[in-house]
Amino acid sequence: MPDITLWFQELLAGNVIFTPTTLGYYWDGLVTTVQLVFLSLVAGLVLAVPLAIGRSSRHRWISLPIYLYTYVFRGTPLLIQLYIIYYGVVFFDGIQETFLWPILREAFYPALIAFTLNTAAYTTEIFRGAIKATPRGEIEAARAYGMSSGLMMRRIILPSAFRRALPAYGNEVIFMLHASAIASVVTLMDLTGAARFVYARFYAPFEAFLFVAAIYLCLTFAILYLFRWLEKRLLAHLRPQN
Amino acid sequence: MLDLHGYGPRLLEGAGVTLQLAVLSLALAILLGLLTASARMSRHWALRQLAMLYTTLIRGVPDLVLMMLLFFGGQMALNVATDALYDRFGVDWYINLNAFAAGVLTIGFIFGAYMGETFRGAFMAVEEGQIEAGKAYGMSPWLVFRRIRFPQMMRHALPGLSNNWMVLLKTTALVSVIGLSDMVRIAAEASRATHEPFTFLIPVAAVYLLIASVSEWLFARLQKRYNVGFGGH
Repeated sequence: MPDITLWFQELLAGNVIFTPTTLGYYWDGLVTTVQLVFLSLVAGLVLAVPLAIGRSSRHRWISLPIYLYTYVFRGTPLLIQLYIIYYGVVFFDGIQETFLWPILREAFYPALIAFTLNTAAYTTEIFRGAIKATPRGEIEAARAYGMSSGLMMRRIILPSAFRRALPAYGNEVIFMLHASAIASVVTLMDLTGAARFVYARFYAPFEAFLFVAAIYLCLTFAILYLFRWLEKRLLAHLRPQN
Repeated sequence: MLDLHGYGPRLLEGAGVTLQLAVLSLALAILLGLLTASARMSRHWALRQLAMLYTTLIRGVPDLVLMMLLFFGGQMALNVATDALYDRFGVDWYINLNAFAAGVLTIGFIFGAYMGETFRGAFMAVEEGQIEAGKAYGMSPWLVFRRIRFPQMMRHALPGLSNNWMVLLKTTALVSVIGLSDMVRIAAEASRATHEPFTFLIPVAAVYLLIASVSEWLFARLQKRYNVGFGGH
């Protein structure tokens, strides 16, 4: 252990900008970014599955409101959605008296809500496309077996739709990682927030932003390879035989 | 009626800035995209690698980080360059990077990488025989590009192009962070000043939806035009 500490000190020796303190800011920022992206993706996914099923419904009074939701959230900038939630949360009557207020007052939760609603809208459309692309034969086969529509959804349509949605969903995950940089605008100290702080403190734009860009690049590639590996495993049956 | 507390004219101006910014960066992005796509299909190894590096790096980093790097870093690089010019040659020249120019340059630069990928796929979808036929007619490479490659490529590129445009339009909101007075910045300022966020932010969101809907319609018409002779679609 002391070897590593010594090596680290030597590495940083004479470096004015990248001191253990600023690297600590970057580390905290990385943790915040990963938390924010991970939580919003999970919550978005949970919301998107029922929404996608509703969006593919034949009943217009179910599919139309969901379409409206996805249209608005996909057609407007995430920054505006974040501002509306961040500045607007105060205006819900009586929210300041409830137990939720200490949570919502911090920038993290408005950002989490905005990101969740945004990614849920995109994911809903991705899943809807995948559900729509279910081969007719599979549905007919399920019907021939006498499956109810719920069972058919659970056993036939959704599993194959998830697989088909995988490549597009991988893109959405990367998109969310990049979009999360916006959180720094509402005073959140995520990765970009840490870079902005270091820039403002040392007036060193290249060091501050290139370093954070490299971290984002590594995260992007990690996600890319994870999804490539998943696709290889889960979509193996679709690959050409030779 | 909607009471904008006198912010109406400024918001309208901001909407103009957003639209100009979006259209100019789109033009730059298309230009860079065509260059990148050509470089990626080039015979020269170095050009191919350079284009590849550009598309990979840009698409791996958040827009906002790139924007700050180019805006804050760009000004510093310009200062260093003009200082050197003064020291060496005594040329007293100061360039101030304004937020609008920085916005156009960065958004154009970022989306050039995405456009490059779109155009590369579209160029590859044009049959080789078409180009050979053009050459057989004695057309120069530029004429082949203008009359054969480009019009046929556009048919395949339009869906991707329209997608990129929609994302680009929403990305313009980010320039408000580096100090450009587009409609998002003015709406955010007004929200803070009047404590009425919904009054300003929801109309601005509606303007984005309106621009998106109008461009969707325009792209559908363009698609129809470029699909002439391919039936059906």
